[in-house]
Amino acid sequence: MIVECRGVSKRFGTRLAVDRLDLEVPPGVCFGLLGPNGAGKTTTLKMIYGVARPSAGSVRVFGLDVVREPRAVRARLGVTLQENALVEALTPVENLRIFARYHLLPRAVAERRVEELLDFLELRSHADVPVKALSGGFQRRLAIALSLVNRPELLVLDEPTTGLDPAVRLSLWQRVRGLRDAGTTVLLTTHYMDEAERLCDRLAIMAQGRVAAEGAPAELIGRHLAPEALELELPQADEARLLHGFPDLKRLRAGSRLVLYAADAPALVDLLRARRLEGRLVAVRRTNLEDVFLALTGARLEAAA
Amino acid sequence: MSISPRHALAVWWRNFAMYRRTWKWNVLPNFFEPLLYLVSVGIGVGAYIQEMGGTSYAAFIAPGLLAVSAMNGASFEVTYNAFVRMNFEKTYESMLTTPIQPEDVLAGEVLWAVTRASLYGGCFWIAIAALGLAPLPSSLLAIPLVPLTGLLFAALGISFALRIPSIDLFSFYFTLFLTPLFLFSDIFFPLAERLSPFWQRVAEALPLLHPVRLLRHAFRGEWSPILLWDLAYVAVLSALLLALAARVTRRRLGDQGGPEPPPAASPAASGSAP
Repeated sequence: MIVECRGVSKRFGTRLAVDRLDLEVPPGVCFGLLGPNGAGKTTTLKMIYGVARPSAGSVRVFGLDVVREPRAVRARLGVTLQENALVEALTPVENLRIFARYHLLPRAVAERRVEELLDFLELRSHADVPVKALSGGFQRRLAIALSLVNRPELLVLDEPTTGLDPAVRLSLWQRVRGLRDAGTTVLLTTHYMDEAERLCDRLAIMAQGRVAAEGAPAELIGRHLAPEALELELPQADEARLLHGFPDLKRLRAGSRLVLYAADAPALVDLLRARRLEGRLVAVRRTNLEDVFLALTGARLEAAA
Repeated sequence: MSISPRHALAVWWRNFAMYRRTWKWNVLPNFFEPLLYLVSVGIGVGAYIQEMGGTSYAAFIAPGLLAVSAMNGASFEVTYNAFVRMNFEKTYESMLTTPIQPEDVLAGEVLWAVTRASLYGGCFWIAIAALGLAPLPSSLLAIPLVPLTGLLFAALGISFALRIPSIDLFSFYFTLFLTPLFLFSDIFFPLAERLSPFWQRVAEALPLLHPVRLLRHAFRGEWSPILLWDLAYVAVLSALLLALAARVTRRRLGDQGGPEPPPAASPAASGSAP
């Protein structure tokens, strides 16, 4: 295992941010950590790269105890923080050189890495322009390049594509896949379900400081909900009338929108048509990760009694 | 975990690389402050003063203002600049994703503040030497004393910066701490001639007094046993403050709080309703 968390808790005052968490990240995968704000994702990452101390439990990375050997662990991993921390007055090349110094890379090695990363993240066109004059997407690519200066075995990305336009996101996903295919283990957090579904080989959904579910994206969906979903525009008051006689039907409500999960959605539509479904049906679709996420992290999901 | 000198130097180098790019805007203005005092008070007011402490008035205040230039050089770096790097630019957070440890960050920052104090002091020394106010070779003793002054004020400033919740509070440090030091540390008038013995003893607590007395004696090529007390004061207070700062730094940077905002009120409010 690249990362091994065993019974890890983290307490801030009276708040338990991480609660007896168990997590294993195998080598060579892209592993996604999902969860609502405050679920403990960033705190978990901080304990993995050793800037937050577990209140209980053990965190091992590359088989090393992070609390005892933070320098040895961090020499072999790279982290892209949620917020870019760039020297804005300096150029991308100068920023990369500074990070190479943090890792004590010899000058010749550092220059070679800088050149490689300018190409890999397409930074060369503005390599000598002060960072403050660059676009958000460019700055993000530079922030990721900084975390690759030491050729990490584990790349940690905290919300890598938040706030970026769709084209930039697609190109970043491609880079991350490229790294994983070359053998880098990737651990990322995200709020985007499409990102998690399309990029990650394995996912852990966190809620209230614990792992609520873990597995490959398709596996997670199959394990927790029926494969097809029916979206209805149906006020709460009309729900009982339309759905009486379907006690086992899993459903998820958000405002006046109700989603039903079924093995065979078209058949369910036929059954419901007899109860004046007209005008209420919004969509019939495949169940996706967002459904599972909402189901596991606290949206109202109930099998009606 | 102890300091790794090479990692501390990497922290120092980051500041140096930035300074090379921005010194004209960020650094130069502070340097002129003691020079303006020297010209205005030393040469302007000094024209009405026959002599002070056995020399011209400008020569009397020159070594004190050299200490002030070192104090300023170090102070800006470990107060406003360090606070911004720590709290706004997330510089330290990003350093700590690499093998750099909290102690290395502190050591690198203090070393950088001493460097800037030495640059200011060095330039100021050249200015007063050109005006004939830095006698040779005795004033060359300033070479070790200026960085030592920088170290003391780096330790004082970083100790304050690590304990305040808001950047606005630095105005207290500058207006109510450094400014009184500037005015009452034997720079503009000899405390021994103006204060009662009781107040003279109280004044011995002022940190700037000791570098000023050391530099004035150095400039005059004089020795006095009280200089041992001055050296001990600077060394012990610096060491004590830095040891405490190391503890706070380890706690703040080595065990970071969760920056995650409180949980959203409801899942529907998080914008992911199906």
